[in-house]
Amino acid sequence: METPLTHNISPGREPPNLAQYEKAGGYAALRKALSMPPAEVQAAVKESNLRGRGGAGFPTAQKWSFVPMGDDAPRPKYLVCNADEMEPGTFKDRMLLEGDPHQLIEGIIVSAYAIQADVAYVFLRWAYKLAARRMEGAIAEAYRHGYLGKNILGSAYNLEMHLHVSAGRYMCGEETALLNALEGKRANPRAKPPYPQVSGLWGKPTIVNNVETLCNIPHIVNHGAEWFKSLSRSDDGGTKLYGVSGRVKNPGLWELPMGTSMREILEEHAGGMCDGYQFRGLLPGGASTDFVTAEHLDLAMDFDSMKKADSRLGTGTMIVLDDKTCPVGMLLNLEHFFAQESCGWCTPCWSGLSWIEQILQDMEEGRGRASDLELLESHTRLLGPGHTFCALAPGAAEPLQSGLKYFHDDFERHIHEKRCPWSQM
Amino acid sequence: MLSEQERREIEAHARHYPNNRAVCIEALKIVQQHRGWVSNEGIADVAEALQMKPAELESVATFYNMIFRKPVGKHVILLCDSVSCWIMGYERLRQHLGDRLGIRPGQTTADGRFTLLPNVCLGACDHAPVMMVDEAHYQDLDPARIDEILASYQQEEEKSTDGNAAHS
Repeated sequence: METPLTHNISPGREPPNLAQYEKAGGYAALRKALSMPPAEVQAAVKESNLRGRGGAGFPTAQKWSFVPMGDDAPRPKYLVCNADEMEPGTFKDRMLLEGDPHQLIEGIIVSAYAIQADVAYVFLRWAYKLAARRMEGAIAEAYRHGYLGKNILGSAYNLEMHLHVSAGRYMCGEETALLNALEGKRANPRAKPPYPQVSGLWGKPTIVNNVETLCNIPHIVNHGAEWFKSLSRSDDGGTKLYGVSGRVKNPGLWELPMGTSMREILEEHAGGMCDGYQFRGLLPGGASTDFVTAEHLDLAMDFDSMKKADSRLGTGTMIVLDDKTCPVGMLLNLEHFFAQESCGWCTPCWSGLSWIEQILQDMEEGRGRASDLELLESHTRLLGPGHTFCALAPGAAEPLQSGLKYFHDDFERHIHEKRCPWSQM
Repeated sequence: MLSEQERREIEAHARHYPNNRAVCIEALKIVQQHRGWVSNEGIADVAEALQMKPAELESVATFYNMIFRKPVGKHVILLCDSVSCWIMGYERLRQHLGDRLGIRPGQTTADGRFTLLPNVCLGACDHAPVMMVDEAHYQDLDPARIDEILASYQQEEEKSTDGNAAHS
Protein backbone atom coordinates (compact mmCIF):
# COMPACT_ATOMS: atom_id res chain seq x y z
CA MET A 1 0.00 0.00 0.00
CA GLU A 2 1.42 3.37 -1.00
CA THR A 3 1.48 6.19 1.54
CA PRO A 4 2.80 9.21 -0.34
CA LEU A 5 1.81 11.82 2.25
CA THR A 6 3.54 10.18 5.19
CA HIS A 7 6.35 8.42 3.32
CA ASN A 8 9.04 10.73 4.77
CA ILE A 9 7.46 11.05 8.21
CA SER A 10 8.71 9.22 11.26
CA PRO A 11 6.94 10.62 14.33
CA GLY A 12 9.33 11.63 17.09
CA ARG A 13 12.18 12.20 14.60
CA GLU A 14 13.37 15.40 12.95
CA PRO A 15 11.70 16.01 9.58
CA PRO A 16 13.79 15.67 6.41
CA ASN A 17 15.83 18.80 5.72
CA LEU A 18 15.96 20.15 2.20
CA ALA A 19 18.81 17.90 1.06
CA GLN A 20 17.13 14.79 2.50
CA TYR A 21 13.81 15.80 1.00
CA GLU A 22 15.43 16.24 -2.43
CA LYS A 23 17.17 12.88 -2.09
CA ALA A 24 13.77 11.26 -1.51
CA GLY A 25 12.55 12.78 -4.78
CA GLY A 26 11.45 16.11 -3.35
CA TYR A 27 11.06 19.23 -5.51
CA ALA A 28 10.97 17.07 -8.67
CA ALA A 29 7.28 17.93 -8.97
CA LEU A 30 8.11 21.63 -8.87
CA ARG A 31 10.72 21.22 -11.64
CA LYS A 32 8.18 19.30 -13.71
CA ALA A 33 5.38 21.80 -13.03
CA LEU A 34 7.56 24.75 -14.02
CA SER A 35 8.10 23.10 -17.41
CA MET A 36 4.33 22.85 -17.92
CA PRO A 37 1.88 25.65 -18.69
CA PRO A 38 -0.13 26.50 -15.51
CA ALA A 39 -3.32 25.30 -17.23
CA GLU A 40 -1.78 21.84 -17.60
CA VAL A 41 -1.01 21.65 -13.88
CA GLN A 42 -4.62 22.59 -13.18
CA ALA A 43 -5.77 19.94 -15.67
CA ALA A 44 -3.70 17.23 -13.95
CA VAL A 45 -5.28 18.08 -10.58
CA LYS A 46 -8.74 18.15 -12.14
CA GLU A 47 -8.18 14.75 -13.69
CA SER A 48 -7.12 13.33 -10.30
CA ASN A 49 -10.51 14.07 -8.63
CA LEU A 50 -8.69 15.57 -5.63
CA ARG A 51 -11.26 16.97 -3.21
CA GLY A 52 -10.38 19.43 -0.46
CA ARG A 53 -9.26 17.79 2.78
CA GLY A 54 -10.24 20.63 5.12
CA GLY A 55 -13.71 19.24 5.70
CA ALA A 56 -16.03 20.45 2.94
CA GLY A 57 -14.61 18.27 0.16
CA PHE A 58 -14.90 20.82 -2.63
CA PRO A 59 -13.01 19.69 -5.77
CA THR A 60 -9.64 21.46 -5.63
CA ALA A 61 -9.22 22.08 -9.35
CA GLN A 62 -12.74 23.47 -9.59
CA LYS A 63 -11.93 25.93 -6.81
CA TRP A 64 -8.81 27.00 -8.71
CA SER A 65 -10.69 27.33 -12.00
CA PHE A 66 -12.47 30.52 -10.84
CA VAL A 67 -9.20 32.44 -10.46
CA PRO A 68 -8.78 34.99 -13.25
CA MET A 69 -5.80 34.00 -15.42
CA GLY A 70 -3.82 35.75 -18.12
CA ASP A 71 -2.04 39.07 -18.44
CA ASP A 72 -5.01 41.23 -17.51
CA ALA A 73 -5.82 39.30 -14.29
CA PRO A 74 -5.72 41.52 -11.18
CA ARG A 75 -2.40 41.37 -9.29
CA PRO A 76 -1.05 40.34 -6.91
CA LYS A 77 -2.83 37.01 -6.63
CA TYR A 78 -2.60 35.05 -3.39
CA LEU A 79 -2.50 31.44 -2.31
CA VAL A 80 -3.21 30.82 1.38
CA CYS A 81 -2.49 27.54 3.11
CA ASN A 82 -5.08 26.99 5.82
CA ALA A 83 -3.06 25.46 8.67
CA ASP A 84 -5.45 26.71 11.35
CA GLU A 85 -6.39 23.20 12.44
CA MET A 86 -8.78 23.68 15.34
CA GLU A 87 -11.74 21.41 14.64
CA PRO A 88 -12.17 19.49 17.92
CA GLY A 89 -10.95 15.93 17.54
CA THR A 90 -8.72 16.79 14.58
CA PHE A 91 -4.94 16.34 14.61
CA LYS A 92 -3.98 15.42 11.05
CA ASP A 93 -2.45 18.58 9.58
CA ARG A 94 -0.12 18.88 12.56
CA MET A 95 1.56 15.63 11.52
CA LEU A 96 2.15 16.93 7.97
CA LEU A 97 3.40 20.33 9.19
CA GLU A 98 5.79 18.88 11.76
CA GLY A 99 6.76 15.74 9.88
CA ASP A 100 7.52 16.94 6.35
CA PRO A 101 7.41 20.74 5.99
CA HIS A 102 9.09 20.71 2.56
CA GLN A 103 6.32 18.50 1.14
CA LEU A 104 3.83 21.19 2.12
CA ILE A 105 6.05 24.00 0.82
CA GLU A 106 6.47 22.21 -2.51
CA GLY A 107 2.70 21.67 -2.66
CA ILE A 108 2.12 25.36 -2.05
CA ILE A 109 4.63 26.48 -4.70
CA VAL A 110 3.23 24.11 -7.35
CA SER A 111 -0.36 25.16 -6.53
CA ALA A 112 0.60 28.83 -6.52
CA TYR A 113 2.22 28.32 -9.92
CA ALA A 114 -0.96 26.68 -11.23
CA ILE A 115 -2.98 29.79 -10.43
CA GLN A 116 -0.01 32.13 -11.05
CA ALA A 117 -0.08 33.50 -7.50
CA ASP A 118 2.52 36.07 -6.49
CA VAL A 119 2.41 35.67 -2.71
CA ALA A 120 1.66 32.67 -0.48
CA TYR A 121 0.78 32.76 3.21
CA VAL A 122 0.78 29.82 5.60
CA PHE A 123 -1.90 30.65 8.18
CA LEU A 124 -0.84 28.59 11.18
CA ARG A 125 -2.60 28.26 14.51
CA TRP A 126 -0.62 29.60 17.48
CA ALA A 127 -0.67 26.32 19.45
CA TYR A 128 1.45 24.48 16.87
CA LYS A 129 4.78 25.75 18.18
CA LEU A 130 6.92 22.93 16.79
CA ALA A 131 5.23 23.25 13.39
CA ALA A 132 5.94 27.00 13.41
CA ARG A 133 9.65 26.48 14.08
CA ARG A 134 9.97 23.77 11.46
CA MET A 135 7.98 25.63 8.80
CA GLU A 136 9.98 28.80 9.40
CA GLY A 137 13.24 26.89 9.02
CA ALA A 138 12.07 25.07 5.91
CA ILE A 139 10.78 28.25 4.22
CA ALA A 140 14.18 29.90 4.82
CA GLU A 141 15.92 26.83 3.36
CA ALA A 142 13.67 26.91 0.30
CA TYR A 143 14.52 30.58 -0.26
CA ARG A 144 18.26 29.87 0.05
CA HIS A 145 18.06 27.14 -2.60
CA GLY A 146 16.09 29.15 -5.12
CA TYR A 147 12.73 27.40 -4.65
CA LEU A 148 11.18 30.67 -3.50
CA GLY A 149 11.74 34.28 -4.44
CA LYS A 150 12.53 35.63 -7.89
CA ASN A 151 12.98 33.43 -10.99
CA ILE A 152 12.38 30.15 -9.24
CA LEU A 153 14.82 27.52 -10.59
CA GLY A 154 15.63 29.83 -13.48
CA SER A 155 12.03 30.05 -14.64
CA ALA A 156 10.40 33.45 -14.93
CA TYR A 157 8.08 32.54 -12.05
CA ASN A 158 8.30 34.54 -8.77
CA LEU A 159 6.72 33.62 -5.44
CA GLU A 160 7.10 35.06 -1.94
CA MET A 161 6.04 32.89 1.02
CA HIS A 162 5.31 34.05 4.56
CA LEU A 163 4.36 32.25 7.74
CA HIS A 164 1.51 33.95 9.64
CA VAL A 165 1.07 32.61 13.17
CA SER A 166 -2.44 33.35 14.35
CA ALA A 167 -3.61 34.45 17.80
CA GLY A 168 -6.43 31.97 18.34
CA ARG A 169 -10.17 31.48 17.64
CA TYR A 170 -11.75 28.56 15.76
CA MET A 171 -13.49 31.08 13.50
CA CYS A 172 -10.21 31.74 11.66
CA GLY A 173 -10.51 28.35 9.96
CA GLU A 174 -13.47 29.62 7.91
CA GLU A 175 -11.87 30.83 4.71
CA THR A 176 -13.29 34.35 4.51
CA ALA A 177 -12.83 34.91 8.27
CA LEU A 178 -9.26 33.72 7.80
CA LEU A 179 -8.75 36.40 5.15
CA ASN A 180 -10.01 39.07 7.55
CA ALA A 181 -7.61 37.77 10.21
CA LEU A 182 -4.72 37.95 7.73
CA GLU A 183 -5.67 41.54 6.99
CA GLY A 184 -5.40 42.35 10.71
CA LYS A 185 -9.11 42.49 11.42
CA ARG A 186 -11.58 40.62 13.61
CA ALA A 187 -12.14 37.19 12.10
CA ASN A 188 -15.76 37.64 11.05
CA PRO A 189 -16.85 35.84 7.89
CA ARG A 190 -17.47 37.79 4.69
CA ALA A 191 -20.57 37.71 2.51
CA LYS A 192 -20.25 35.53 -0.60
CA PRO A 193 -20.31 36.47 -3.44
CA PRO A 194 -17.85 37.86 -4.23
CA TYR A 195 -15.91 34.63 -3.74
CA PRO A 196 -12.28 34.82 -2.62
CA GLN A 197 -11.10 33.41 -5.96
CA VAL A 198 -12.16 36.71 -7.52
CA SER A 199 -11.98 39.13 -4.59
CA GLY A 200 -10.19 37.72 -1.56
CA LEU A 201 -7.21 39.03 0.36
CA TRP A 202 -7.12 42.83 0.00
CA GLY A 203 -9.70 42.45 -2.76
CA LYS A 204 -7.39 40.38 -4.96
CA PRO A 205 -7.89 36.86 -6.35
CA THR A 206 -7.15 34.38 -3.55
CA ILE A 207 -7.23 30.63 -3.09
CA VAL A 208 -7.42 29.08 0.37
CA ASN A 209 -6.46 25.39 0.51
CA ASN A 210 -6.03 23.02 3.45
CA VAL A 211 -2.62 21.58 4.42
CA GLU A 212 -3.46 17.97 3.51
CA THR A 213 -4.95 19.08 0.18
CA LEU A 214 -1.77 20.94 -0.76
CA CYS A 215 0.48 18.05 0.32
CA ASN A 216 -1.21 15.86 -2.32
CA ILE A 217 -0.35 18.19 -5.19
CA PRO A 218 3.34 17.29 -5.75
CA HIS A 219 2.46 13.59 -5.89
CA ILE A 220 -0.28 14.17 -8.46
CA VAL A 221 2.10 16.18 -10.64
CA ASN A 222 4.85 13.55 -10.30
CA HIS A 223 2.83 10.41 -10.86
CA GLY A 224 -0.29 11.50 -12.70
CA ALA A 225 -4.02 11.33 -12.18
CA GLU A 226 -4.40 7.62 -12.94
CA TRP A 227 -1.89 6.67 -10.26
CA PHE A 228 -3.60 9.01 -7.78
CA LYS A 229 -7.01 7.52 -8.46
CA SER A 230 -5.57 4.00 -8.12
CA LEU A 231 -4.56 4.77 -4.51
CA SER A 232 -8.20 5.13 -3.56
CA ARG A 233 -10.97 2.62 -2.97
CA SER A 234 -13.59 5.14 -4.04
CA ASP A 235 -14.35 7.73 -6.71
CA ASP A 236 -12.50 10.38 -4.70
CA GLY A 237 -8.83 9.98 -5.56
CA GLY A 238 -5.85 9.48 -3.28
CA THR A 239 -5.14 8.45 0.26
CA LYS A 240 -6.57 10.06 3.39
CA LEU A 241 -5.22 10.70 6.85
CA TYR A 242 -7.73 9.02 9.19
CA GLY A 243 -7.60 9.44 12.94
CA VAL A 244 -9.37 8.00 15.96
CA SER A 245 -9.64 9.41 19.48
CA GLY A 246 -11.72 8.36 22.50
CA ARG A 247 -11.81 5.11 24.48
CA VAL A 248 -10.16 2.85 21.90
CA LYS A 249 -7.15 0.62 22.48
CA ASN A 250 -4.83 2.34 20.04
CA PRO A 251 -5.85 5.92 19.27
CA GLY A 252 -3.83 7.42 16.42
CA LEU A 253 -3.54 8.61 12.85
CA TRP A 254 -3.04 6.52 9.70
CA GLU A 255 -2.67 7.22 5.99
CA LEU A 256 -5.01 4.78 4.25
CA PRO A 257 -6.73 4.50 0.89
CA MET A 258 -9.56 7.02 0.57
CA GLY A 259 -12.75 5.04 1.12
CA THR A 260 -11.45 2.70 3.83
CA SER A 261 -14.44 1.60 5.91
CA MET A 262 -15.11 3.03 9.35
CA ARG A 263 -15.04 -0.50 10.76
CA GLU A 264 -11.58 -1.22 9.40
CA ILE A 265 -10.22 2.05 10.81
CA LEU A 266 -11.88 1.56 14.18
CA GLU A 267 -11.23 -2.16 14.66
CA GLU A 268 -8.01 -2.92 12.75
CA HIS A 269 -6.09 0.30 13.15
CA ALA A 270 -7.46 1.71 16.39
CA GLY A 271 -7.66 -1.76 17.92
CA GLY A 272 -11.35 -1.59 18.85
CA MET A 273 -12.83 -0.37 22.12
CA CYS A 274 -10.87 -0.38 25.38
CA ASP A 275 -11.70 -3.30 27.67
CA GLY A 276 -14.85 -2.59 29.64
CA TYR A 277 -16.17 -0.01 27.19
CA GLN A 278 -18.90 -0.53 24.59
CA PHE A 279 -19.20 1.40 21.33
CA ARG A 280 -22.22 3.71 21.11
CA GLY A 281 -21.45 5.96 18.16
CA LEU A 282 -18.89 8.26 16.63
CA LEU A 283 -18.45 11.63 14.99
CA PRO A 284 -16.65 10.67 11.77
CA GLY A 285 -14.85 13.88 10.89
CA GLY A 286 -14.54 16.28 13.80
CA ALA A 287 -17.01 18.06 16.07
CA SER A 288 -19.18 19.46 13.29
CA THR A 289 -20.23 16.18 11.70
CA ASP A 290 -23.32 14.07 12.41
CA PHE A 291 -23.11 11.03 14.70
CA VAL A 292 -23.10 7.62 13.08
CA THR A 293 -23.85 4.39 14.96
CA ALA A 294 -22.92 0.70 14.74
CA GLU A 295 -25.24 0.08 11.79
CA HIS A 296 -23.18 2.48 9.63
CA LEU A 297 -19.69 1.16 10.36
CA ASP A 298 -19.29 -0.70 7.07
CA LEU A 299 -19.66 2.49 5.07
CA ALA A 300 -16.61 3.78 3.24
CA MET A 301 -15.07 6.90 4.76
CA ASP A 302 -15.31 9.06 1.66
CA PHE A 303 -17.24 12.16 0.75
CA ASP A 304 -20.19 10.53 -1.02
CA SER A 305 -20.55 7.33 1.04
CA MET A 306 -20.84 9.21 4.34
CA LYS A 307 -23.93 10.96 3.01
CA LYS A 308 -25.72 7.58 3.20
CA ALA A 309 -25.44 7.86 6.98
CA ASP A 310 -26.64 11.50 6.81
CA SER A 311 -23.17 12.49 7.91
CA ARG A 312 -19.97 13.80 6.37
CA LEU A 313 -16.36 12.75 5.98
CA GLY A 314 -15.35 16.13 7.42
CA THR A 315 -11.71 16.03 8.48
CA GLY A 316 -11.66 12.20 8.64
CA THR A 317 -10.68 12.16 12.30
CA MET A 318 -13.25 10.20 14.33
CA ILE A 319 -14.28 10.84 17.91
CA VAL A 320 -15.68 7.73 19.57
CA LEU A 321 -18.51 7.80 22.13
CA ASP A 322 -18.50 4.91 24.61
CA ASP A 323 -21.21 3.61 26.94
CA LYS A 324 -19.61 5.09 30.07
CA THR A 325 -19.79 8.61 28.63
CA CYS A 326 -23.04 10.58 28.70
CA PRO A 327 -24.16 11.54 25.18
CA VAL A 328 -25.96 14.62 26.53
CA GLY A 329 -22.79 15.63 28.35
CA MET A 330 -20.79 15.13 25.16
CA LEU A 331 -23.23 17.33 23.26
CA LEU A 332 -23.01 19.95 26.00
CA ASN A 333 -19.24 19.94 25.60
CA LEU A 334 -19.57 20.31 21.81
CA GLU A 335 -22.21 23.05 21.92
CA HIS A 336 -20.26 24.93 24.61
CA PHE A 337 -17.35 24.95 22.18
CA PHE A 338 -19.44 26.27 19.29
CA ALA A 339 -21.21 28.87 21.44
CA GLN A 340 -17.88 30.12 22.77
CA GLU A 341 -16.27 30.21 19.34
CA SER A 342 -19.17 31.92 17.56
CA CYS A 343 -17.75 35.21 16.33
CA GLY A 344 -20.96 37.06 17.22
CA TRP A 345 -21.46 38.42 13.71
CA CYS A 346 -24.93 37.01 13.08
CA THR A 347 -27.74 36.62 15.59
CA PRO A 348 -28.97 33.05 14.99
CA CYS A 349 -25.47 31.79 15.70
CA TRP A 350 -24.48 33.66 18.86
CA SER A 351 -27.95 33.67 20.33
CA GLY A 352 -29.03 30.20 19.23
CA LEU A 353 -25.87 28.40 20.25
CA SER A 354 -25.73 29.89 23.73
CA TRP A 355 -29.41 29.00 24.16
CA ILE A 356 -28.68 25.40 23.14
CA GLU A 357 -25.77 25.28 25.58
CA GLN A 358 -28.00 26.51 28.40
CA ILE A 359 -30.71 23.93 27.69
CA LEU A 360 -28.16 21.10 27.67
CA GLN A 361 -26.52 22.43 30.83
CA ASP A 362 -29.92 22.47 32.57
CA MET A 363 -30.60 18.93 31.43
CA GLU A 364 -27.27 17.68 32.76
CA GLU A 365 -27.99 19.35 36.10
CA GLY A 366 -31.47 17.86 36.47
CA ARG A 367 -33.51 20.85 35.30
CA GLY A 368 -34.55 19.40 31.94
CA ARG A 369 -38.16 19.89 30.78
CA ALA A 370 -40.23 17.75 28.44
CA SER A 371 -40.52 20.66 25.99
CA ASP A 372 -36.71 20.93 25.70
CA LEU A 373 -36.43 18.17 23.12
CA GLU A 374 -38.70 20.00 20.70
CA LEU A 375 -36.89 23.25 21.43
CA LEU A 376 -33.50 21.69 20.69
CA GLU A 377 -34.85 20.10 17.55
CA SER A 378 -36.21 23.42 16.30
CA HIS A 379 -32.78 24.99 16.88
CA THR A 380 -31.14 22.43 14.62
CA ARG A 381 -33.44 23.62 11.83
CA LEU A 382 -33.14 27.34 12.58
CA LEU A 383 -29.35 27.10 12.67
CA GLY A 384 -29.19 24.95 9.53
CA PRO A 385 -27.70 25.98 6.20
CA GLY A 386 -29.08 29.23 4.81
CA HIS A 387 -29.95 30.85 8.13
CA THR A 388 -26.47 32.03 9.09
CA PHE A 389 -23.55 33.88 7.57
CA CYS A 390 -21.14 30.94 7.60
CA ALA A 391 -20.97 27.21 8.31
CA LEU A 392 -20.17 27.40 12.04
CA ALA A 393 -23.75 27.15 13.32
CA PRO A 394 -24.89 24.58 10.71
CA GLY A 395 -21.82 22.56 11.77
CA ALA A 396 -22.86 22.85 15.41
CA ALA A 397 -26.34 21.63 14.49
CA GLU A 398 -25.01 18.41 12.94
CA PRO A 399 -23.98 16.46 16.07
CA LEU A 400 -27.04 17.81 17.89
CA GLN A 401 -29.62 16.76 15.30
CA SER A 402 -28.17 13.25 15.01
CA GLY A 403 -27.61 13.03 18.77
CA LEU A 404 -31.29 13.78 19.35
CA LYS A 405 -32.16 10.99 16.94
CA TYR A 406 -29.79 8.25 18.13
CA PHE A 407 -29.72 9.04 21.86
CA HIS A 408 -33.35 10.00 22.30
CA ASP A 409 -33.84 7.62 25.24
CA ASP A 410 -30.85 9.11 27.02
CA PHE A 411 -32.33 12.59 26.69
CA GLU A 412 -35.66 11.28 28.03
CA ARG A 413 -33.95 9.72 31.02
CA HIS A 414 -32.29 13.03 31.91
CA ILE A 415 -35.67 14.73 31.86
CA HIS A 416 -37.64 12.04 33.74
CA GLU A 417 -34.99 11.22 36.33
CA LYS A 418 -34.13 14.91 36.78
CA ARG A 419 -30.43 14.11 36.76
CA CYS A 420 -27.67 12.86 34.52
CA PRO A 421 -27.84 9.04 34.76
CA TRP A 422 -24.04 8.95 34.27
CA SER A 423 -23.29 11.31 37.14
CA GLN A 424 -23.51 8.49 39.71
CA MET A 425 -21.19 6.20 37.76
CA MET B 1 6.23 53.96 23.68
CA LEU B 2 7.43 50.84 21.91
CA SER B 3 10.93 49.73 22.82
CA GLU B 4 13.54 49.65 20.07
CA GLN B 5 13.43 45.86 20.17
CA GLU B 6 9.62 45.78 19.83
CA ARG B 7 9.76 48.26 16.98
CA ARG B 8 12.41 46.26 15.11
CA GLU B 9 10.48 43.01 15.47
CA ILE B 10 7.25 44.61 14.29
CA GLU B 11 8.96 46.17 11.29
CA ALA B 12 10.46 42.81 10.30
CA HIS B 13 6.98 41.29 10.18
CA ALA B 14 5.39 44.31 8.52
CA ARG B 15 7.43 43.56 5.40
CA HIS B 16 5.26 40.45 4.86
CA TYR B 17 2.12 42.50 4.24
CA PRO B 18 1.12 45.23 1.79
CA ASN B 19 -0.04 47.60 4.53
CA ASN B 20 0.69 48.42 8.16
CA ARG B 21 -2.66 47.45 9.55
CA ALA B 22 -2.21 43.80 8.61
CA VAL B 23 0.68 43.43 11.04
CA CYS B 24 -1.38 44.60 14.03
CA ILE B 25 -2.09 41.12 15.43
CA GLU B 26 1.56 40.17 15.18
CA ALA B 27 2.45 43.52 16.79
CA LEU B 28 0.14 42.76 19.73
CA LYS B 29 1.80 39.36 20.09
CA ILE B 30 5.24 40.98 20.09
CA VAL B 31 4.25 43.48 22.77
CA GLN B 32 2.77 40.64 24.82
CA GLN B 33 5.95 38.61 24.43
CA HIS B 34 8.00 41.45 25.92
CA ARG B 35 5.57 42.76 28.53
CA GLY B 36 3.68 39.62 29.55
CA TRP B 37 0.29 41.01 28.53
CA VAL B 38 -1.27 43.83 26.50
CA SER B 39 -2.19 46.76 28.73
CA ASN B 40 -4.05 49.89 27.62
CA GLU B 41 -0.62 51.45 27.23
CA GLY B 42 0.40 48.55 24.99
CA ILE B 43 -2.69 49.14 22.83
CA ALA B 44 -1.89 52.86 22.60
CA ASP B 45 1.74 52.19 21.69
CA VAL B 46 0.92 49.74 18.89
CA ALA B 47 -1.94 51.92 17.60
CA GLU B 48 0.35 54.92 17.36
CA ALA B 49 3.09 52.97 15.60
CA LEU B 50 0.66 51.52 13.03
CA GLN B 51 -1.43 54.69 12.70
CA MET B 52 -4.58 52.98 13.85
CA LYS B 53 -7.24 54.25 16.23
CA PRO B 54 -6.75 52.67 19.69
CA ALA B 55 -10.44 51.66 19.79
CA GLU B 56 -10.08 49.89 16.46
CA LEU B 57 -7.02 48.01 17.67
CA GLU B 58 -8.82 47.18 20.91
CA SER B 59 -11.62 45.54 18.91
CA VAL B 60 -9.02 43.32 17.25
CA ALA B 61 -7.13 42.60 20.47
CA THR B 62 -10.25 41.43 22.31
CA PHE B 63 -11.30 39.11 19.49
CA TYR B 64 -8.27 36.82 19.72
CA ASN B 65 -8.03 34.66 22.83
CA MET B 66 -4.24 34.47 22.82
CA ILE B 67 -3.94 38.23 23.22
CA PHE B 68 -4.12 38.75 26.99
CA ARG B 69 -5.80 42.02 27.95
CA LYS B 70 -5.33 41.25 31.65
CA PRO B 71 -2.11 40.36 33.47
CA VAL B 72 -1.32 36.65 33.58
CA GLY B 73 0.96 34.64 35.84
CA LYS B 74 4.55 33.72 35.07
CA HIS B 75 3.33 30.49 33.47
CA VAL B 76 0.05 30.10 31.60
CA ILE B 77 -1.54 26.65 31.78
CA LEU B 78 -3.89 25.91 28.89
CA LEU B 79 -5.94 22.83 29.65
CA CYS B 80 -7.75 21.43 26.61
CA ASP B 81 -11.51 21.29 27.29
CA SER B 82 -12.63 20.04 23.87
CA VAL B 83 -14.48 16.85 23.17
CA SER B 84 -11.78 14.15 22.99
CA CYS B 85 -10.08 15.42 26.15
CA TRP B 86 -13.47 15.74 27.84
CA ILE B 87 -14.21 12.07 27.07
CA MET B 88 -10.78 11.06 28.40
CA GLY B 89 -11.13 12.81 31.74
CA TYR B 90 -10.85 16.60 31.38
CA GLU B 91 -13.22 17.37 34.26
CA ARG B 92 -11.25 15.33 36.76
CA LEU B 93 -8.04 17.04 35.65
CA ARG B 94 -9.57 20.50 35.87
CA GLN B 95 -10.67 19.72 39.39
CA HIS B 96 -7.24 18.38 40.28
CA LEU B 97 -5.37 21.35 38.79
CA GLY B 98 -7.76 23.75 40.49
CA ASP B 99 -7.26 22.04 43.87
CA ARG B 100 -3.48 21.92 43.52
CA LEU B 101 -3.22 25.57 42.50
CA GLY B 102 -6.08 26.84 44.66
CA ILE B 103 -7.67 28.68 41.72
CA ARG B 104 -10.49 28.28 39.25
CA PRO B 105 -10.11 28.49 35.46
CA GLY B 106 -9.52 32.12 34.51
CA GLN B 107 -7.65 32.92 37.72
CA THR B 108 -4.00 33.42 38.68
CA THR B 109 -2.36 32.01 41.80
CA ALA B 110 -1.73 34.51 44.60
CA ASP B 111 2.04 34.16 44.14
CA GLY B 112 1.64 35.10 40.47
CA ARG B 113 3.21 31.86 39.31
CA PHE B 114 0.40 30.19 37.34
CA THR B 115 -2.68 31.29 35.38
CA LEU B 116 -5.12 28.50 34.51
CA LEU B 117 -7.12 28.88 31.30
CA PRO B 118 -9.41 26.40 29.58
CA ASN B 119 -8.57 26.09 25.91
CA VAL B 120 -10.07 24.62 22.74
CA CYS B 121 -8.70 21.47 21.10
CA LEU B 122 -4.88 21.47 21.04
CA GLY B 123 -4.68 18.98 18.17
CA ALA B 124 -3.22 15.97 20.01
CA CYS B 125 -6.47 14.04 20.51
CA ASP B 126 -4.84 10.61 20.19
CA HIS B 127 -2.94 11.49 23.37
CA ALA B 128 -5.85 13.05 25.27
CA PRO B 129 -6.09 14.56 27.80
CA VAL B 130 -3.54 17.25 26.95
CA MET B 131 -2.47 20.70 28.07
CA MET B 132 0.13 23.34 27.32
CA VAL B 133 2.24 25.25 29.82
CA ASP B 134 3.55 28.33 28.02
CA GLU B 135 5.02 26.84 24.81
CA ALA B 136 5.34 23.22 25.98
CA HIS B 137 2.79 20.49 25.21
CA TYR B 138 2.00 17.73 27.73
CA GLN B 139 0.06 14.63 26.71
CA ASP B 140 -1.60 11.52 28.18
CA LEU B 141 -2.26 13.39 31.41
CA ASP B 142 -3.52 12.03 34.70
CA PRO B 143 -3.43 13.61 38.16
CA ALA B 144 -0.03 12.09 38.99
CA ARG B 145 1.49 13.41 35.78
CA ILE B 146 0.05 16.86 36.50
CA ASP B 147 1.71 16.86 39.92
CA GLU B 148 5.03 15.98 38.30
CA ILE B 149 4.68 18.78 35.76
CA LEU B 150 3.76 21.40 38.37
CA ALA B 151 6.69 20.25 40.53
CA SER B 152 9.08 20.60 37.60
CA TYR B 153 8.12 24.28 37.16
CA GLN B 154 8.49 24.83 40.89
CA GLN B 155 11.96 23.23 40.93
CA GLU B 156 13.06 25.22 37.93
CA GLU B 157 12.15 28.42 39.73
CA GLU B 158 13.86 27.40 42.94
CA LYS B 159 16.97 26.67 40.91
CA SER B 160 16.88 30.08 39.27
CA THR B 161 16.29 31.74 42.69
CA ASP B 162 19.37 29.89 44.04
CA GLY B 163 21.28 31.10 41.02
CA ASN B 164 20.33 34.69 41.75
CA ALA B 165 21.29 34.28 45.40
CA ALA B 166 24.71 32.98 44.37
CA HIS B 167 25.25 36.03 42.19
CA SER B 168 24.32 38.55 44.84
